[in-house]
Amino acid sequence: MNTVSSPAFDAVEQGSSLWHDAWLRLRKNKLALLGGAVLLFMIVIALLTPWIAPYSYEAQNLDLGASPPSAAHWLGTDIFGRDLLTQVMYGGRISLAVGFIATAVALLIGVTWGAIAGYVGGRVDAIMMRLVDILYALPFMIFIVLLMVVFGRNILLLFLAIGAVEWLTMARIMRSQVQSLRQQEFVEAAVSVGLSPATIIRKHIVPNALGPIIVYTTLTIPSVMLLEAFLSFLGLGIQPPATSWGLLISYGAETMEEYPWLLIFPGCALTLTLFSLNFLGDGLRDALDVRGSKD
Amino acid sequence: MVSGNRDGILHYGNGTEPQGLDPHVVTGVPENHIIRALFEGLAVKNPITLEPEPGVAQRWDFSEDGRIITFYLNPEAKWSNGEQVTASDYVWSWNRALHPMTGNEYSYMLFPVKNAEAYLKAEISDFAEVGVKALDDTTLEVTLNEPTPYFVQLMDHYSTFAVHPETLLRFGEMTDRYTPWTRVGNIVSNGAFTLSEWSLNRRIIVEKSQHYWDRDTVSLNGVVFYPMENVVSEERMFRVEQLHYTQVVPLDKIPLYRDMPDTPYVQSAYLGTYYYLINTKRPPVDDARVRKALAMTVDREKLTRTVLQQTAFPAYSITPPDTLGYFPPKLFDYDPTEARRLLAEAGYPNGEGWPGLEILYNTNEGHRKIAVAIQQMWKSELGIDITITNQEWKVYLDSVTQIDFQVARRGWIGDYVDANNFLDLFITDGGNNNTNYSDPLYDDLILYRAPAAKTREERYALFEQAETMLMDEMPIIPIYTYTSKHLIHPSVEGLHSNLMDSLNLKYVKLIPGRTLPEALR
Amino acid sequence: MLRFLLVRILQALPVIFVVITATFFLVRSAPGGPFDQEKVVIPEVRAALEAQYRLDLPLHEQYFAYLGDLAQGDLGPSFKYPGRSVNEILFAGLPVTAELGLYALIIALVIGVTAGVFASLKPNTAQDYIPMSLAMIGICMPSFLLGPLLVLIFGIWLDWLPITGWGDIPGDKILPAVTLGSAYAAYIARLSRAGMLEILSQDYIRTARAKGLPEWRVVTQHALRGGLIPVIAFLGPAFAGLLAGSFVVETIFQIPGLGRFYVQAAFNRDYTMILGTTVFLSTLIVFFNLVSDVVAAWLNPRLRQQFKGGSA
Repeated sequence: MNTVSSPAFDAVEQGSSLWHDAWLRLRKNKLALLGGAVLLFMIVIALLTPWIAPYSYEAQNLDLGASPPSAAHWLGTDIFGRDLLTQVMYGGRISLAVGFIATAVALLIGVTWGAIAGYVGGRVDAIMMRLVDILYALPFMIFIVLLMVVFGRNILLLFLAIGAVEWLTMARIMRSQVQSLRQQEFVEAAVSVGLSPATIIRKHIVPNALGPIIVYTTLTIPSVMLLEAFLSFLGLGIQPPATSWGLLISYGAETMEEYPWLLIFPGCALTLTLFSLNFLGDGLRDALDVRGSKD
Repeated sequence: MVSGNRDGILHYGNGTEPQGLDPHVVTGVPENHIIRALFEGLAVKNPITLEPEPGVAQRWDFSEDGRIITFYLNPEAKWSNGEQVTASDYVWSWNRALHPMTGNEYSYMLFPVKNAEAYLKAEISDFAEVGVKALDDTTLEVTLNEPTPYFVQLMDHYSTFAVHPETLLRFGEMTDRYTPWTRVGNIVSNGAFTLSEWSLNRRIIVEKSQHYWDRDTVSLNGVVFYPMENVVSEERMFRVEQLHYTQVVPLDKIPLYRDMPDTPYVQSAYLGTYYYLINTKRPPVDDARVRKALAMTVDREKLTRTVLQQTAFPAYSITPPDTLGYFPPKLFDYDPTEARRLLAEAGYPNGEGWPGLEILYNTNEGHRKIAVAIQQMWKSELGIDITITNQEWKVYLDSVTQIDFQVARRGWIGDYVDANNFLDLFITDGGNNNTNYSDPLYDDLILYRAPAAKTREERYALFEQAETMLMDEMPIIPIYTYTSKHLIHPSVEGLHSNLMDSLNLKYVKLIPGRTLPEALR
Repeated sequence: MLRFLLVRILQALPVIFVVITATFFLVRSAPGGPFDQEKVVIPEVRAALEAQYRLDLPLHEQYFAYLGDLAQGDLGPSFKYPGRSVNEILFAGLPVTAELGLYALIIALVIGVTAGVFASLKPNTAQDYIPMSLAMIGICMPSFLLGPLLVLIFGIWLDWLPITGWGDIPGDKILPAVTLGSAYAAYIARLSRAGMLEILSQDYIRTARAKGLPEWRVVTQHALRGGLIPVIAFLGPAFAGLLAGSFVVETIFQIPGLGRFYVQAAFNRDYTMILGTTVFLSTLIVFFNLVSDVVAAWLNPRLRQQFKGGSA
């Protein structure tokens, strides 16, 4: 941390050594790498699904009904005779999409909120964080259930509702990061040079706070996906004809004695993806040397 | 549990936790079962034929013109506190059932009674003007608006039951809805059983009444009703012999049960029809040809065989077959070719120009399966685009009552065994019409000519006419007739299947020493 | 310390107020009312019903009437279960859910802390990887996946444990408590491991070891206290999560608790029940958060210093 003239130079200089070290550490963590690889695989499959799915999503075969895995249907079929592999692939698209998008919503709101609060400080900070505390104390599960029941379930509302729950932790983390960074000399230098607060936040603070942000984002995605699965299980999340892993699991649970594959395969897909995200997140946390927040 | 066999206690899976046990306040099937264990009406139904039989009333007479029915109460009919059940108890109770302040959602069951509807709507305020009088303690005279052949049937519906006036008045006004009079220790009832325990959301226990007039026929010592919402859990409890009787059976398990020797699975026809409502004022279904095309493209045989695992019968009319001897005519069949022709005639050859159609159903796995299957049938046979959407129960009810849909799922369960119960759904502006269908000729048939018929044959012929008119316009798409499905432990005897799925627990016996078939253990 | 407590309580009050108000208006704005039935309700009857439940009053009047009742501790009558008050239903379901939550929490603590501490003693070895991977399973497998699986294996295939009921058959509390507790066991394992790792690298631990104290004493007498602070702090949010999770578990195992009643109330638009449960649960959660914060603060010697000075 030096006080050389150009802020841009600073950022670059600090950035490269931090990331480079982190990458080296991450590389040694086999589990995290494995997680990353599996995640990548899931994402690629999800993206390519419309082209590589073996059957059409809606193709029913009522006479076949539910059947165990076979050559024609690698994962078996559901009670409509629809191919389970296709269902799992399409379900993955939705589950992953909800996971990423809702997390992005949470990220956007949380980071902005926390950055402003942490940077400006004083009364503004007090009010903003007060609000966070109040919202944090609300029993969110209860409210989400209520929201979904009251306003019907469309996918947009789902994103918003889930995002609205998760942004709080992000805001807190960002705020404490920003608070500690703000006192650093390089920021004081930027202030004295006359840069606007917005620019400072954007160019100096956020890049340096990226570490914890990345870690928590990676760890928020699985919790969002679980939340979606939970809501879908209650009938409040994704609605048919769309499907998600959560929906598939809830259907499968009902018939698991006769048709266990309907539960096992979607269950594996979800669990595997969550594993990967968590291992990756843990690895990133260790690599970037981020301390667990007491929040 | 199986020890129940020795103690004579029946363990009964009962759907949801009951709203309450007040016959003039609650609605719903789980409530029905418990209330019927605790109370008895003027008449009951024969468990096999469903014809009316003596209950609190030993016999009844009709006047010459059929407008006056005189019920002669059994002097041995007693309340659970030993007091006699009198005719004035009925007058008081029907006052309560029809009083506007009580808010009885089944008040319409008593509308055949003279001035009953006017009293409910507060057009008259003196109950003495309503056609029910206690001539003496055991004689109840009921005056009807016009001859109503099925009226005695209605006396088996719990909203027409009598309650004990003094008990209710101890806890509040006659029209108060939420007083503790139904709690254990307070409640006074006149049926085969009395209430002995009510643990919210856990179980309700009733035991054999010592004051019931027919107590010598009652073999059970008690019944435990379990609120079981989760269909899958209920079946599991049955399998580990924690329940004698389940309310429903999960669809996917049915084939297994069917194939089992000595199966505990019992399925029988049920007085209800599953159908789709069509909003006859909204395009593209405002054209009768389109509606008929849609009706003809539903492969009911396939649906009931595959998706419904043969637990339902294809329906081609609103009234279930053999409703007290009435068989509706079958006026169309599965015919995609004819359907395509009609669709083309209506302006959508091969589905070109089709603006889209949405099927609405309330969130439920079963309804979803059917909607998905039908969506697929319409799409592949007619080439038209169909979307399906579901709404949560209350929202869905709202949409249905506001007729805010194109096609919506509906089910209608008969309250009494008579075709009128189904056909009068579609009178102009009927509260449960929900299709914007209106035909004065149809109204005339249902409201005036059929009730005035002198013989059953004549009446049924008029019903057939009405049914034909209805299917010609097709404001609904009948899909299937319900069945009732239960798992019954082999030790239970006396549970006869009937169209109303109405059990009279007083005839049930438990035989100890019997167990579930091998395949289940 | 007292001042800290007071400040926190005062901070909690606006939260509860916001909850009540938000829930009230949210529920009332939902389409469909408590008296909608499939068989249409005659307008006269509906009017009578609404009058009895004050639904015919303008919205803000209903709100103030509700607040008034609330101040007296009266949560009103349930719409869905005439004859029962919300208080009554809550207190019927509460002990059950509380017991379930307690058992789940105990299981979570016992398994979680043991696994976490154990793993922290030899980081990055098998002793670390195995418990932590198992913990990961607990986190990644939702309760509605784990529950049915446990039912299938232990209840049906092996027939070792009962699969429904609560208190009716001995042993019927085991599966639900395990299902609910497993996710939290996992979180607690991770938290205790992280906390312990941080503490174990501190100087005073090295001092203790250098002094020749046996390892187990180092761990239990010196490290545990500081290492478990994150776990204590987690208990507040854990409790909130347990309540939410209880719904799924109560449904799968047919347990007559609050969670099951709550969602039914939401679907039935049982206004008073929804409001009552939300208010009640929110208050509980706020209370628990407060308690766990205070305990965590008390355990943390650094923070205690802060309180002596009266700052929060």
